[in-house]
Amino acid sequence: MHPLISYFAAQDSPGIYLGFGAFQIQLGNLIVILVMILLFVLALFLPFPSGKKRP
Amino acid sequence: MSIREERKTEPVEEYYTWTGKARGWLLKHLPADKLLPQDQPSYVASWIYVFGMGAIVSLVFIVVSGVVLSLNGPAWYHVSDFGHFVNSVHLWSVELFFMTMVVHLWGKYWMAAWRGGRTLTWITGMGAFLVSIVAAFTGYLLQTNFDSQWIAFEGKDALNASGIGAWFNVANLGQIFGFHIVLLPLAVGAVVALHVILVRMHGVVPPIDAAETDAQLSGTDRTEATR
Amino acid sequence: MSAPTMSRSDRDGLARRPWRGTVREYDLFKELTVALVVVGLVIVGLSAIVGSPDEPSVTLKSWAQAQPADFVATATAELGGTSETAGYGPPYNTTADATQTIGAFDLQSFSGVQLPIDTAQDLVITPLTTLNAPPSAALDAWNAGSDTEKADWTAAYTDALTNAPDGDPAQVATGDYGPVPVLTDALLTMASQGALDGVLNAQESFYNSDYTRTILFLGDGAYFGDLATAAHLTGDQWGMMNETGNTPGQSWLWLFSFWYQIEPFASAPNADLLVVLLMLVLSVLLTLVPFIPGLRDIPRWIPIHRLIWRDYYKKRAAGRS
Repeated sequence: MHPLISYFAAQDSPGIYLGFGAFQIQLGNLIVILVMILLFVLALFLPFPSGKKRP
Repeated sequence: MSIREERKTEPVEEYYTWTGKARGWLLKHLPADKLLPQDQPSYVASWIYVFGMGAIVSLVFIVVSGVVLSLNGPAWYHVSDFGHFVNSVHLWSVELFFMTMVVHLWGKYWMAAWRGGRTLTWITGMGAFLVSIVAAFTGYLLQTNFDSQWIAFEGKDALNASGIGAWFNVANLGQIFGFHIVLLPLAVGAVVALHVILVRMHGVVPPIDAAETDAQLSGTDRTEATR
Repeated sequence: MSAPTMSRSDRDGLARRPWRGTVREYDLFKELTVALVVVGLVIVGLSAIVGSPDEPSVTLKSWAQAQPADFVATATAELGGTSETAGYGPPYNTTADATQTIGAFDLQSFSGVQLPIDTAQDLVITPLTTLNAPPSAALDAWNAGSDTEKADWTAAYTDALTNAPDGDPAQVATGDYGPVPVLTDALLTMASQGALDGVLNAQESFYNSDYTRTILFLGDGAYFGDLATAAHLTGDQWGMMNETGNTPGQSWLWLFSFWYQIEPFASAPNADLLVVLLMLVLSVLLTLVPFIPGLRDIPRWIPIHRLIWRDYYKKRAAGRS
């Protein structure tokens, strides 16, 4: 396992928390939310392959 | 051809039992070509349309991994490497289920996909989202580890304040087990099935402000097939 | 009928009718198969690489061994009826004015006491009577004591523990604590030997699947909450969303969790009730968006649909020109 991945995935790791004041977010949750936004934006902008034309 | 003549040439089957009437209703509203279509309107051309299927497929993986976990009991994954892997599959399929479902929800909102008699489709979709949240919560309580202990302790307050903590007791593993492996999966499955059937019955919502004069409807669009 | 003069219901009429325009080939089963493969690979990959956390559970035994002083202080509070559980109200007991209410609106009392817990009897006295050599003299003294005596003994012992170095029961100043020190010390021994977990969970029966009493007892102490705080799991740390370590948790609870971080909820004694009701209202609003003017019109005002259906709108313009 890549050392960076194993660090993030370590079961006994205390976790990485980002934010300021009352706003705190765990790194894993932040990644999930960012990936969702990325998927949404990609779905909007990526060209969709044109389907097969039926005769 | 008048209606009377049409009746003569195409005899309509008479439905006189509950069963027959139900069949007639289903055949009328959900004919086989709507249930299992071979084509879709030409405007169904965006990656945003794949996330509903992504959620359904994630649900398949949730159910399969969940069945394996339940066959072995809640303590299995603590002691078996394979069990721990199946537990990971269960967790990640849930994460993907929610991710795809939420992107699907965003997409449908911005398409105002409830238009044209599709209100119930939207409502059942929201129902699937909300019931899934409860189902996932009970799953977190079944981890039988430190996380589930704490969630049981912390989660009880909101439920007790709502007056349902006595019947939905988060510290009662037996009760939560029943909710998580029987009642809530049935509820999620039923709502999702209804949602998908409604989608097939009503078809994919046309673009906002689509009009009969548009190239795709007036026959001037030569780039796609016409029905 | 020309497009600009069309009323809204006419446009919905088009959405209501089966599509009569151009179509493209679509293979439902092929999409299903491709999705199964793609999503399956992602899930198996993440499961193999990241896995899932499994932080070992804590027990009354591990608590008693790790922090005996906290355990004894908590047991004293259970005896004296001053613990969080003892003062909780329904569904555990009838403590007055303990419920979360909005004015006269009191859902918590609705269920009544469905899961009765007498903290002194159920968490301390009864478990001690199951020992091979129960502290009989102390148990008799406790049972013979009046309510006032019991309250005085436990209050005095609680104060003495607070003043003792590190809350150490062995360094408590002498005083009139009645049988309390003997009882709590016997319970500490019982817990650190692992016997209390079994007795509390089983409740004199062979089978058990209900951990209410043990969870509540654990939660009344400081040890359990400190562990949760260290793992960022408590309510004021957005903990509702969090899983232990870096594994993503229930991120879909972000809004539920958010309200607990801000005023007026953060310091409200009835925060749970307020947040539950607020989330209920918001969920109903989102479910009923198709009926709510304004909310249902935002997709028209912010035309993200122009991106989704850009091919359609492009061809439409070309067809008109």
